[in-house]
This record gives sequence, structure tokens and C-alpha cells, in this order.
Amino acid sequence: MLRPRIIPCLLVHKGGLVKTQGFKAPKYVGDPINAVKIFNEKESDELMVLDIDASVNGAEPDYALIAKLAAECRMPLCYGGGITTAEQAARIIDLGVEKVSISASAVANPDLLTRIAGAIGRQSVVAVLDVKKKTGLFAKGYSLCTHNAKQVHAADPVAFAQQLQAAGAGEIVINAVDRDGEMKGYDLELAQQMRQALKVPLTVLGGAGSLEHIGELLARCGVIGAAAGSLFVFKGPYRAVLINYPTPQQKDTLCRSALSRY
Amino acid sequence: MIRIVDYGVGNIQAFMTMFKRLGIEASRARTAGELNGATHLILPGVGAFDHAMQLLDDSGMRPELERLVTKQQVPVLGICVGMQMLAGGSDEGELPGLNWIPGRVRAFASNPRSNALPMPHMGWNDLATTPGHKLFADFEPSPRFYFLHSYYFDAESRADVAATAEYGFAFDCVVSRGNVHGVQCHPEKSHHFGAQLLKNFAGL
Repeated sequence: MLRPRIIPCLLVHKGGLVKTQGFKAPKYVGDPINAVKIFNEKESDELMVLDIDASVNGAEPDYALIAKLAAECRMPLCYGGGITTAEQAARIIDLGVEKVSISASAVANPDLLTRIAGAIGRQSVVAVLDVKKKTGLFAKGYSLCTHNAKQVHAADPVAFAQQLQAAGAGEIVINAVDRDGEMKGYDLELAQQMRQALKVPLTVLGGAGSLEHIGELLARCGVIGAAAGSLFVFKGPYRAVLINYPTPQQKDTLCRSALSRY
Repeated sequence: MIRIVDYGVGNIQAFMTMFKRLGIEASRARTAGELNGATHLILPGVGAFDHAMQLLDDSGMRPELERLVTKQQVPVLGICVGMQMLAGGSDEGELPGLNWIPGRVRAFASNPRSNALPMPHMGWNDLATTPGHKLFADFEPSPRFYFLHSYYFDAESRADVAATAEYGFAFDCVVSRGNVHGVQCHPEKSHHFGAQLLKNFAGL
């Protein structure tokens, strides 16, 4: 049986690993390569590494870092940050990365996904959408944002996710900006809307603070990807940095129990 | 020494890293000459079927590869699209495959038992292995492997199937016939399960 994917999401900022809250206040949590080594030992399902500087600074992907990450990583690796051309995507895949994620650049130009899918195959193309709840007295629903949530766009996130799926995305990652670093649970409503609207695999990021939160997500959405940052790098109420990940037994129990409620 | 056929697609580096960890000598081959002296061959592959077949043809390594596998009986392991290339052909493309294991590559999307499921088939799945198969020596029960694909190998003969996995139905995810072996999943990214499989292959 295909299993849900439980995915640590690591953010790279100025060469170090950080964790943000509400996409702000990056806190240094360690060295990226060291984190990969720990997740290797813990046999995590996948790993997602996002360079949060590259798109904002308009910089090229950091190929030297990617090569080191890929060489170390013994599980599927998804890398994102600063990818704006099919050539860059192909170069990253050639370094030993399974999937590349595109966010800001896809919002500017969904055709880019089509070109990247043509170069590396759509199974390796991940579109990450940063989504936040609309605020204001009568506001309802969600808006799409980019550049670490500093730019807000008019497109409806669900319709846009479907457009990216049609353009060539093999997986959609929904990142709930309001939930980032809050550790109070996923936005289940948003996750369910996306699950129902999409045909490609879905991964949800933002808000997980405990394995129970992952259980709630899987009970609502079935076999999808559950990604988390804070949960896997912090421990305890004071957010002490401690890289952690459920054991295979914990994961089995969690997934079995959640899917029986789906 | 193990030669990894580097014809321009696939994650060569991941195999190099894995074999290095296992203490097994491996190198990449980019020309027919570099295939020389291969005791084992790894045929990786990602992306579209025709694209991969075309690149293999263009690499100039195909005649030597065919000679090593079919005449010299050098063990070969096809991985992902590299496994699909072992078949006679694929619904994804028009070019013929290597046809080393009779079968055809089909789309999950055109199978009524799987067409409603998310595509691609992505993530960790359990393998139902053929008891006693040499690729699965010293395996724990129900090993898990990482998959990422939308097309699957449909073997003509059940005798050539070494493992199946469930995605709407039990599809053939490991095939094996004589010295030719293929796995749809990614042993290079499947933790200790994958390491054990590559080790077993290297020991053939």
C-alpha cells in the first residue's frame, strides 16, 4: 500500500539552516549537511530543502550546496529556490536531486513549468504555492503570495494550483503562510479543498506542531504528503533546537490510525 | 567493477554515493570504451521513455551494452525508466525498447483500476517479493521502497516477476530474467532497503 509521506522541510538562509515564523524572523537552527545526515539516520520519507534567499535576491541556485546536499542525502530530495529556467532545473537534477520546486517564478510564468517538465519529466516538477487567509472584515477564502509572502496576487489559489497542474507540475505543495512556525495544526480546510481539486500528489506544509497534527491532516485528506519545519527541528515549549523525526513504528501507527478515520 | 551507464539521464551521483558507502567499487561509463571490464551494469533512467532510448542510442554505448548483456551475460540492473527500457516498448513512446525481458510498459492512467488515483505514483510502497529470489536475499518481511512514476512494466511471463507493489492493483515492480534485472522503484533513495538490494545485485 502506498504510504503517506512525512517530510521535513528545511529552510536555507545565508548558508545556514533556519526556521521562520509567519515567514519572518529566521532563527538559526544548524548546518544543512549535518541535518541531512541526521535525517538519513532517521530514515525520513523525503527531504525538502528551500533556499529562501535565492528568489528574493534574484540569485542563481547555489549549485555547490545542492551538490553537497544531494551527495549526502539517502532519501528523495526536493530542492527549491532561485530556479527560473529549464536549464537550471536540469542541472540540479543532474547533481542528484529527485525533484525541483518552483514557486515565485511559476507564479510569474506558468509556461516555465511546461518547459521544465519537458526537460526533466513532470514527475520531478514540484510547484510550491504560498497561500494565506484573506484578512479584513468581510474577507473570505485565501490569496496566493510570493517572495516570502511580501507580494500578494489576485489569482484564486485553488484555480491557480489546477493551472500549474495542467502546465506540468507533478506535485503541488501548499504552504500555509499564516500557519508557518505556529505549531498549532495544519489548515485542514485549505488542504481538503486542494486535495479535492487536484489530480497530482499533494503535500501540505505549515502549522504542524505534533504528530497528532499530522494524524489530523491524513484523517482528513488520506494518503498525501505532510511536511513540517518546526516540528522536526524544535523540541519542547522553549523551541530548543533538536532535530527529530518519528521512528518507523511511530510512523506506521500514526498513518494506520489516521487512515482508518479517513 | 560496477559500471553505471551514464547516457545523460538519471541520478548517477546517487548511485556513486550509495556504492561508496557500501564499499563496492563503481564508476560511471560515458563511452563504449568505459564499459570495458564491467562485472555488473547499472542502467538508470528518468523522464520520458523515447527521450531515454534516444539518448542511449546517441551515447554510442548501446551496441557494447547489448553485447555485454546478451553475449557475455553480464548482470544488468535497470532502474526506473531504465527498468522500463528492458521491455519491448512503452505506451509512452514510439521507439522500441531493448526487449531483454518480454513485456510492455503501460500507463496507470489507462488502467481502470488505477486511473482515479493521484498521478504520478509517488512515495513509499510495500513490495510483495517472490520468496527466495536472489535480489531479496537477507531482506526483512515487506520491504519499503520509494517510487516516482506514471508508467509501469507489464511482464508477459509471471516467471519474470520478482516483486509486485499495489497501486490500484498489483503491478510488476521488479522483473528478473537470467542476468537481466529491473526495478521500478529507486533503491538509491530507499534507505537500508535499497542499500541491501544494490548489495545483493553486486553479489550476483
